Amino acid sequence: MRGISRRGLFVAGAASAAATAVGGSAQASAGSGVEAFHGAHQAGVATVPQAHAVFVAFDLLPDTGTEALTRLLPLLTDDARRLTQGRPALADTEPELAAGPARLTVTFGFGPGLFAAAKKDSPVRPLPAFETDKLDKRWSGGDLLVQICADDSLTVAHALRMIVKDARSFAGVRWTQRGFRSAAGAPGATQRNLMGQLDGTVNPTDLDRAVWIDDGPAWLRGGTTLVLRRIRMNLETWDAADRVAREFTIGRRLDTGAPLTGRAERDEPDFDRLNRLGFPVISEYAHIRRARTADPGSRILRRPYNYDEGVSADGKSDSGLLFASYQADVERQFVPVQRRLAEGDLLNEWVTTIGSAVFAIPPGCTAEGWIGDGLLA
Amino acid sequence: MYVRPALLLAAVVALSGCGSSPETTAATGAKPTAEASAAVVPAAQGLTISDPWVKTVKKGMTAAFGTLVNDTGADLTVTAGASPLSPVIELHEVVDSGGKMVMRPKEGGFVVPAGGKHELRPGGDHIMLMGVSEEVKPGARISFTLTVKGGAPLEFTAIGKDFAGGEEDYQPGMEH
Repeated sequence: MRGISRRGLFVAGAASAAATAVGGSAQASAGSGVEAFHGAHQAGVATVPQAHAVFVAFDLLPDTGTEALTRLLPLLTDDARRLTQGRPALADTEPELAAGPARLTVTFGFGPGLFAAAKKDSPVRPLPAFETDKLDKRWSGGDLLVQICADDSLTVAHALRMIVKDARSFAGVRWTQRGFRSAAGAPGATQRNLMGQLDGTVNPTDLDRAVWIDDGPAWLRGGTTLVLRRIRMNLETWDAADRVAREFTIGRRLDTGAPLTGRAERDEPDFDRLNRLGFPVISEYAHIRRARTADPGSRILRRPYNYDEGVSADGKSDSGLLFASYQADVERQFVPVQRRLAEGDLLNEWVTTIGSAVFAIPPGCTAEGWIGDGLLA
Repeated sequence: MYVRPALLLAAVVALSGCGSSPETTAATGAKPTAEASAAVVPAAQGLTISDPWVKTVKKGMTAAFGTLVNDTGADLTVTAGASPLSPVIELHEVVDSGGKMVMRPKEGGFVVPAGGKHELRPGGDHIMLMGVSEEVKPGARISFTLTVKGGAPLEFTAIGKDFAGGEEDYQPGMEH
């Protein structure tokens, strides 16, 4: 033992020093990235997805009306403006935690209840009921949404803490939902979900058509809408499905993400191709066929995060997807897709939507303005 | 064992507060005078304040903070503060007095060094407001005027922020 221990320790020590050095520099580069805060659109929608996210929804207190909102939203905007640029928030009790913004974005959304509190017409409403949904109030609804994303979960935690501290005189927390994506890999590459699938291959490329609102009330132009669905995956029964069944369910290969009729992830699926028995290669009920929107300008922008909460005593997972979908028009773009999926998607055997919330995402603001000023100021 | 001294210290600071100091007139809420306004150093080129904020309070006492910035080549001294929020405003420091941290009016006011900064923060120098009769709500915009010796007054708007810490968390009704 004595013979190997010294050498072993030395090697281990060197290895760990190297690991630390690599980790340290990776940390520094991940931490120093900055996303612009001001602009025509809020950041956090078209932004290349960061590795970590928390979505927090607030319910406004009964006496939080327009006057209070014109104090709350400037406060929260100010926090976001500073923290995203790597500066401490005003009266930040942990200013050191603001030093690594790690591409932090803080995105605000208004639910129907906020419009009611401000006595304004709401451009959004809850989704219609879908037969496959098993919605839990615990993950649904909300008057005010704050979406916080960064490549460092410490950055996310600090921003969440600051936002919640500044919001709680005005609102109670309805829910928080935390998610993550693969931190490795090329920026913007399609992520894998916890079922092992590449998730989010087909996204719109023309965001001016598909995502950003350009008509209706002036205050919302340059904004969008967010549908956030909490989709639970039953990984225990998914384990029982073999690879052929899994690929048949989605209509794509697990390894490359290519459609069953193609070779590469981005190949167009051939929905008309038949196999030797005369059946479609991509099933009538395959997920990609049901989810398909022919017009690229009508596609939803998917920016999903995985969730993986505590494991039960008997080893069952509580896993799934925070399905964040951005679109100019919920009724026109999101609802038809969800209806087709609810009517017959093979994947429904393993996934269940347990939370649902819809928010209007106001446009961005100027250096002197605040998010929502066009509606409330 | 580790926590106790800190707790005791906080308690001492909270309890001793302003009451420990009888000299309430030293730097009390003087309104900016015509004399001061006509002074040599225009505010725009002289003293500024960044990130001003006020701790929210229902009524009674609270404090304002921020970073005073002196762009001139000479030291500048803030001698008094005023705000519609409170009839009585003092410029305070927190000092170690025989092992206790106590607050008291700062003799001679706040000196901001030439080309330098002077930070007003919880646990340090601050603008103390006594007798606040109207609630300072989070996000409220509160106007202040600081009198600058030999210079133009500094006017600014501070933002109400909820803040748990700070020795300025007094019980209403404490005497001064």
